[in-house]
Amino acid sequence: MQDVNITIIDRNGVTHKIEAPTDMAMNLMEVVRSYELAPEGSIGICGGMAMCASCQCYIESDTNLPEKEDDEEAMLAEAFFVKENSRLGCQIPINEDLEGLKVRLAPEDI
Amino acid sequence: MIKTDILIIGAGPTGLFTVFEAGLLKLKCHLIDALPQPGGQLAELYPKKPIYDIPGYPEVKAGELVDNLMEQIKSFQPGFTLGEVAQNIDRQEDDSFIVTTNKGTMHHAKIIAIAGGLGSFEPRKPPIKNLSKFEDLGVQYMIRDPEKFRNKSVVIAGGGDSALDWSIYLADIADEVTLIHRRNEFRGALESVDRVKELKDIGKIKLVTPAEVVDVYGSSNLEGVMVRKNNNPEEDFALAADYFIPLFGLSPKLGPIANWGLEIEKNAIKVDNTLDYQTNIPGIYAIGDVNTYPGKLKLILCGFHEATLMCQSAYQKIYPNKRYVMKYTTVGGVTGFDGSKKEAPKAVVKSID
Repeated sequence: MQDVNITIIDRNGVTHKIEAPTDMAMNLMEVVRSYELAPEGSIGICGGMAMCASCQCYIESDTNLPEKEDDEEAMLAEAFFVKENSRLGCQIPINEDLEGLKVRLAPEDI
Repeated sequence: MIKTDILIIGAGPTGLFTVFEAGLLKLKCHLIDALPQPGGQLAELYPKKPIYDIPGYPEVKAGELVDNLMEQIKSFQPGFTLGEVAQNIDRQEDDSFIVTTNKGTMHHAKIIAIAGGLGSFEPRKPPIKNLSKFEDLGVQYMIRDPEKFRNKSVVIAGGGDSALDWSIYLADIADEVTLIHRRNEFRGALESVDRVKELKDIGKIKLVTPAEVVDVYGSSNLEGVMVRKNNNPEEDFALAADYFIPLFGLSPKLGPIANWGLEIEKNAIKVDNTLDYQTNIPGIYAIGDVNTYPGKLKLILCGFHEATLMCQSAYQKIYPNKRYVMKYTTVGGVTGFDGSKKEAPKAVVKSID
């Protein structure tokens, strides 16, 4: 088990290079929260059920990610600021495949 | 004016359980919630999903937990103001409070318990420029009085149950209903999707997909929307409409409570966790997901604990001169305000001959 290196660009455009653990059953949304890269209450509002889009992010590397499941597809169909490379962070589990992943957090819904 | 002992803001699991703990102390409760039904997130967001960390329940569906809580508090006859948002709070000379909702309903209570969870659920507003300019002038995020759309042209945006259901409902009332969604697929009950297709085939609903509303226009009132098809600006077209109803679900916002003079940190209300979860304003408590303190966990089971301690403190505040010792329900039973009494059956004493 080892950490993977991930680059996260926060909502203010600041780049954070962080290490994410692969052995704690975390997802990308939880990693962002654990490093407090977005204010509490502005990300992961539904707790990770793909029921809000507060953890939406844009994938900026060609990392191999798991396919979207129906829940995530449906939520992204109703979210705002959605792009081709949008994903919900809560639906991306941290594992070895994510080494080198680069993501940008989508703007917050107002 | 509604009068009660403890006014609970938020009818989620923590707010509902507060009624029980208060009831054991013979304190009456009234609840305010922005949603039309009790249960908070559990009822609104995930009623069918299982929860595994409620003590004593290896597994319970969120909706079922709400039903059980409602049953547990029934005999304490809580009052409800549903579908309204607690807006203003006024402290009275005797240190009680009057809380007024967005619809003007007034509540008078000695103690306020904010159990607001993530906040009150408000419609999600799409980021369309000029949209706010036409709010209540043709743009609405909720349908309260369907009759107002009679013989009007209505554009609905969204792909979930509410967009589907209102399109179906208004197809019979409005002159013209156009449903616009970003995808060709809709997420909703199968029969609703089928019904929309039928109505589309007989020309009662106009369906525009994949498309989205990118702008709204009009002089004073809304006159129409700009629709972008296939994400291609070259295909933009204007669509005349009397009403535009974006239905993109609800998202929780702390809302007016944020302006009550309470100490807020990380979108939550700071409380004294060493004692009773009181806020910086004496008489106002915050319990459940809405509060924060060192080591806070947003768990239902923590909300239940917080509600219990809070009620003890509220009792002391209301009756400063009474001496009180906590009693187990197994010993004291549960006496409802409706006259009902639940208690443990008495042991039978009988000799064996």
